Amino acid sequence: MSAPATARPLAVGRVAGAGRLRAYAPWIAAALVLAALPHVIRTPVAVPVMNQMGIAIVFALSYNMLLGQGGMLSFGHAVYFGLGGFIAAHALNLAGRGGLYLPVPLVPLVGGLGGLLCAVVFGSFSTTRAGTVFAMISLGVGELMAASSLIFDRFFGGEEGITTNRAKAPLLFGLSFTRDREVYYLIAFWVLVAAAAMYAFSRTPIGRMANAVRDNPERAEFVGYSQRWVRYVSFCAAGLFAGIGGGLFAINYEILTAENMGLTASGAVLLMTYIGGIGSFVGPVLGAVVFTFLQSMLSDYTGIWLLYLGVLFLATVLFVPAGLAGLLMLHAPAWRARRLAGLIGPYLVAAAVALVAAAGIVGLLEMVHFVASAETTRATKRLFGISVAPRTLTPWLGFAALAVAGALGLRWAGPRAAAAFAEASRPDGRR
Amino acid sequence: MLQIAFFSVLNGLVYGMLLFMLSSGLTLIFGMMGVLNFAHAGFYMLGAYFAYTMGLYLGFWPALVLAPLLVGLAGALVERCGLRRVHRFGHVAELIFTFGVALVIEEAVALLWGRPAKTYEVPTLLDFPLFRVFGSSFPAYKAFMLLVAVAIFLFIFAILTRTRAGLIIQASLTHPGMVAMLGHNVPRVFMVVFGIGSALAGLAGVIAGPVLGTFPGMAQVLGSIVFVVVVIGGLGSLTGAFVASLLIGIVQTFAVALDVSVGNVLMAAGVPSAASAALHDVWKVTIAQVAPIMPFLLLIVVLMVRPTGLFGTRES
Amino acid sequence: MPRLKNAVILTVVLATVIGLAPAAIPQDSIRIAYIDPLSGPFAATGENGLNQFRYAADAINKAGGVLGKKIEMVPLDNKVSPQESLIQLKKVVGDRIPFVFQGNSSGVAHAISDAVQKHNERDATNRVLYLNYSAVDPALTNDKCHFWHFRFDAHADMKMAALTDVIQANRNLKKVYILGQDYSFGKAVAEAAVGMLGKKRPDVQVVGNELHPIGKVKDFSPYVQKIVASGADAVITGNWGADMIGLAKAANDGGLKVPFYTYYAASDGVTAAIGAAGIDRIRLVHETHPGNPTPPKPLSDYITGYRKLHPQNDVNQPRIHTGLNMLVLAIKKAGTTDADKVAAALEGLEYTNLGGDQVVMRREDHQLQMPIYISVHTNKGIKHDLDASGFGLSLESKVERDKATQPSTCKMQRPR
Repeated sequence: MSAPATARPLAVGRVAGAGRLRAYAPWIAAALVLAALPHVIRTPVAVPVMNQMGIAIVFALSYNMLLGQGGMLSFGHAVYFGLGGFIAAHALNLAGRGGLYLPVPLVPLVGGLGGLLCAVVFGSFSTTRAGTVFAMISLGVGELMAASSLIFDRFFGGEEGITTNRAKAPLLFGLSFTRDREVYYLIAFWVLVAAAAMYAFSRTPIGRMANAVRDNPERAEFVGYSQRWVRYVSFCAAGLFAGIGGGLFAINYEILTAENMGLTASGAVLLMTYIGGIGSFVGPVLGAVVFTFLQSMLSDYTGIWLLYLGVLFLATVLFVPAGLAGLLMLHAPAWRARRLAGLIGPYLVAAAVALVAAAGIVGLLEMVHFVASAETTRATKRLFGISVAPRTLTPWLGFAALAVAGALGLRWAGPRAAAAFAEASRPDGRR
Repeated sequence: MLQIAFFSVLNGLVYGMLLFMLSSGLTLIFGMMGVLNFAHAGFYMLGAYFAYTMGLYLGFWPALVLAPLLVGLAGALVERCGLRRVHRFGHVAELIFTFGVALVIEEAVALLWGRPAKTYEVPTLLDFPLFRVFGSSFPAYKAFMLLVAVAIFLFIFAILTRTRAGLIIQASLTHPGMVAMLGHNVPRVFMVVFGIGSALAGLAGVIAGPVLGTFPGMAQVLGSIVFVVVVIGGLGSLTGAFVASLLIGIVQTFAVALDVSVGNVLMAAGVPSAASAALHDVWKVTIAQVAPIMPFLLLIVVLMVRPTGLFGTRES
Repeated sequence: MPRLKNAVILTVVLATVIGLAPAAIPQDSIRIAYIDPLSGPFAATGENGLNQFRYAADAINKAGGVLGKKIEMVPLDNKVSPQESLIQLKKVVGDRIPFVFQGNSSGVAHAISDAVQKHNERDATNRVLYLNYSAVDPALTNDKCHFWHFRFDAHADMKMAALTDVIQANRNLKKVYILGQDYSFGKAVAEAAVGMLGKKRPDVQVVGNELHPIGKVKDFSPYVQKIVASGADAVITGNWGADMIGLAKAANDGGLKVPFYTYYAASDGVTAAIGAAGIDRIRLVHETHPGNPTPPKPLSDYITGYRKLHPQNDVNQPRIHTGLNMLVLAIKKAGTTDADKVAAALEGLEYTNLGGDQVVMRREDHQLQMPIYISVHTNKGIKHDLDASGFGLSLESKVERDKATQPSTCKMQRPR
């Protein structure tokens, strides 16, 4: 390692006394919330969806170690998630046959080591350069591994993938993990551990250097760090945590298939990370939660949810380029100046008209979908709780009017909300 | 064997030329604006669908001209109204934006034209076998595809190297700041290039639609292969895109044609067949099976040896 | 750290939304889940399947429903992904829906079957039946069979046995080329073809046995050239969807005129894409009467009625009607919707399908036993065309139920 040994660790440990408690407070709060969630939300689908979110959070956070902290755009991060998962699944199967003492709670560790191992191998040649070259090599590696997974079916199980059974692994403290809720607490535990570890990593000298190499590789070299080495270390760390995510996936779904490693999976993690915001640590968490929620729930309500998802991406990039976390962060000055309350009014107005516009557009799209695909004898469709007849003119006019009214309203309310925001975040003493 | 070699070359050329039509526009966009345009294949699909619908009313030949123009217009619009605004947020934002555009195009096509494949047929004028050798025939339409692709190559090459507009485009590729200083409207150059690139993709769609099928997944099937072509050829290099397209077209076609497995090769190299048990998976893999991953292997190797691509002059 | 706090608040808000999301559960109907692609590249197939289920369900409800309740299809989109399917399956379990229909992709079928078995073994109070109407990997009713899986389609070996019977009778065939998609189903087809041809026609030479990546091949011309070069007299393929359309188009272009023996070369755009070039050349093996040239009356009425509602779609899976009606019969017989009791009632259940054939759910492996049909792609004597193209499938030969049956290696374990 070419890093000078004199660099002082900037870890959390430096914070002393009451300050230390302050630094830990968000983590303790997060742990309490995670522990309480299954008791607060008691619908049957909540636990499976939250399990999925937890896995996505680990994966997205690990991706942001590359993109946000290291400035490396990867199209193949799912490879390390998937390989870690496959290795974890095989380990779990081996444990189930009694060939290995591996209780379920430790399986993510195996996945993480698997991901790390693969990142060590693939990273050795793909991190030599940054930018487009890195992005395209990651794309090549991603496609290569996804295609190989269908060819080498001893290890990857072909199209059906590898199935496993967590109930057959040796017990630890008598936990059998046959119920989803037990798995939830296991995932929640690992989400916290992994998130804390990744946060700590970002505060180590090498984590800080990743930022430096992202922003100005030449200067980083002058300071005495090899940019290639810094990228390689970040890459391996990202692979490790992606592998932990893969291990959690193996426990939760008890199956891994080629699609876990494919370009779609790699694209999804890029999108969720970006939507959440790559500029801050919590961004990917928000992105993972929102993205998973949309992905798993939206399709229950409409057949054209992918269209809405596409529109959402466009809107995010156009209007909230810093992501959800970035949007929240923008309000930090207003928060500190205790002027957040003054924003509620203008924001509510803007949100209301935006909802009107969205309702109009959604209505129109849903009616197009209805006319294109529904039975010819069916005349009515339920939209927003009311029954409409898409084969007549009236609802079209109605929804078009809503869309136009909403758009016009947004032109009026949007600038007002923006002005209110500017006013609220104005630094004190200046006018 | 001769038959296979002969038709493999022909089919490789046809497929390679199709790739070139797609990558020629993309390499200009990629090289000039640094945008990884994921929507490019979407414009290709739009071309096929526009031509299909126009073909129902106007026939194939007017559609051959009109559909690409319309797609080019759509591309210019996307650049003007969307990409230009996103540009200042950086390349990742642009990439996500084009990803969104691709998703919207695919879903909009599925919504408007329906999910099942459309019967977009080869025009009757070209619907005959050009010649028949070795018990297999070569359709006239494929010869037409080749012809169009070569014409496009010559046309773009002439414009880029022989005209003033081409010089400005080339200069914008490498020195956008300097070109702007000289009083040229660089954003407009970007818009025009994006429009032309999209139109070329649209043309590829018009031509490929009848052969490869016209369905909402046609953009996805094409996948990331066009990026591979552009990067192997070198960013912004038309010649590179041309060579890389043909290379990948022919490599992929021949890989399918060869009935050799890794085991055969190892056996010929003197590795005892006892190793086959241990390496079972690797052993039985045929070259044909790995055909689709060849371009990606090639990509990795080229980038490791020559990060600028075969004919490129810079990395990004 | 306001960031983390905000994140926590947002998480709670979102979680609450999730909690409120599912609508109130209607108790006056028997709900049946349908997990298949309803968005993405394969949505056409999934939507058409769902429409056929709803059409069949409407008829049942008009006739009074079952146990005094109406049946209701609950569509759940799985994007043909094993992972998404399992997420949807968790919703099914959470909502206490006891029946799940799924059919597209054997890969997904394996994932669901495995997950259903594990779930049922772990939770005896809320069991689920997996009713497979279309995934035909033989393993599902052989090595991987279990008590809670039932298949209403003939599996790949049954169909291949019928196909090879036809090939056996055709003495002109000397060389056969097998081409398929590189996954469990494609492999099962290839294996069955080689095995059965070897027994029935040892003189027939398999001149090519090739798997290609599924859904990744843009141009099938190189494969067609290989087939031409091999001098094959016939091609056997299990290709479906875009892979079948691509193969048919490339064969037309390359002037490949040999007969094709297929599993799925019809409907969903394939019939229209093949068009005139496939007349009397493309043969298809399937499980119910094709409706041409002389359809049985109930089938004809059923197709006509469906076509009225969906002018662009076909009744390409009459087994949907069979599966749903047999389930309803079993629920009636059991007098409850309890999964174990309905499963027991389904075992050995007999039913007369739309084509007038007597089918029976075999006890030892839960594979529906039925006659198998071989039809040819044509435009002559077509009463019910496909893809609204004027082309359709016309009956050529039928293998009776007792001839179509295949042995099973299944060792069924029943819950006590």
